[in-house]
Amino acid sequence: MKPAPFDYLRAVSTHDALEALAQTGEEARILAGGQSLMAVLNMRLAQPRLLVDISCTEELDRVSIDHDHLVVNAAATQGSVEWRPSLQNEVPLLALAFPHISHFQIRNRGTVCGSIAHADPSAELPLVLSVLGGDVMLRSKKRKRVLKAEDFFQGMLMTAREPDELVEGVRFPLKRAGERYAFTEFSARHGDFAMVACATVVTDTSIRIAVGGVADRPMVEQWPRLQGDDLRGALNDLSWKLNAQDDTHVSAMYRRHLVRQLGWRVIEEAK
Amino acid sequence: MSKTSSTTLARGERRRITVTLNGREHTGYCESRDLLSDFVRHELGATGTHVGCEHGVCGACTVHVDGVAARSCLMLAVQVEGRRVDTVEGLAPDQTLGDLQRAFQRHHALQCGFCTAGILMSCADYLKRVPDPTETQVREMLSGHLCRCTGYTPIVAAVLDVAALRNNASSKKEPEHA
Repeated sequence: MKPAPFDYLRAVSTHDALEALAQTGEEARILAGGQSLMAVLNMRLAQPRLLVDISCTEELDRVSIDHDHLVVNAAATQGSVEWRPSLQNEVPLLALAFPHISHFQIRNRGTVCGSIAHADPSAELPLVLSVLGGDVMLRSKKRKRVLKAEDFFQGMLMTAREPDELVEGVRFPLKRAGERYAFTEFSARHGDFAMVACATVVTDTSIRIAVGGVADRPMVEQWPRLQGDDLRGALNDLSWKLNAQDDTHVSAMYRRHLVRQLGWRVIEEAK
Repeated sequence: MSKTSSTTLARGERRRITVTLNGREHTGYCESRDLLSDFVRHELGATGTHVGCEHGVCGACTVHVDGVAARSCLMLAVQVEGRRVDTVEGLAPDQTLGDLQRAFQRHHALQCGFCTAGILMSCADYLKRVPDPTETQVREMLSGHLCRCTGYTPIVAAVLDVAALRNNASSKKEPEHA
């Protein structure tokens, strides 16, 4: 299992990376942490003509606070965010989600933006970005634009990114007063892909819940502060709405069961 | 490759790159598509790093890049140009065993030994960050590795043992300075 041949560019600036994307378009792939892409290349599921390596692009290796957002740029690793001492006070839901993302050896190299751009339906970071109502910052040689997470994710491994665009950064809203957060998922082993993952933001008057691993993208629901049987009913409706499918791991029925159980559990935890 | 300008390596082209492997500069040739795991083994002759699944699942090929544990099958050789790479050979200076390896030996934390190099490299990085881990933390850290022989129990015991020994050693030093 070795990658098919490709041309390689180590970009030292965003400008150089965008120039390469503008010239090569769909046949170019951005290599950031490579923790999804390298496996895909090794298995030859993708055979790009050009790899644009931004892992050493210093201006993209940045994590910062901008007004009421935590901004993570394209080359910043998951580890660099996870081990940030202030993360618990900035975006507590991220601190809760990181331990579920694969393994620490992978988070050392894997990037936050890479996971967002890859858009695996069972991945944790797209789920967190969606439930918090975060943004994706896209940039090409010609323009910059900012998309809401819900507009960015379009399907399994599908996003609104154009071939000449780079996910330059993502913005997670900072912790807001009165919000409580919880994250949970179920997988065969710790660190494996989630069969179902749930993230929630609960206030005294509302529940926002996102479910991953079932539909083709993270699905977000906003409810008033339901309790008891009303909440169980809403979770049951949600479990059917996600259109779960049977696969080699578990049945659709079991996935619906997990949505109901994990959904209840995260909302209880976030009380 | 300099850091000041972007550089390319065309398919099929071979480039001589220099890395600091276990503290010493080594050079070897690579193509753009060569994996770090193969480069370390074939070009630099450091065969302590084992290659298992080649898609980041088994953890056998874990090395340190600039001091941080990472899968060498999920990195390209060309990416480590000018950087520091440490492999299991670096844990055993002068053909002796380091404290982590001695703990593995004491606890029979390996049988066939295929996965061991990668596990040792993960443990070495993790214990620097979390010097006094709980058993749960150790098991979570080990979840990034597949071992088909041991059932993990002796590995967990070895890691907890070496952490305790290191912490004892450092706490015993304290009174000397008091």
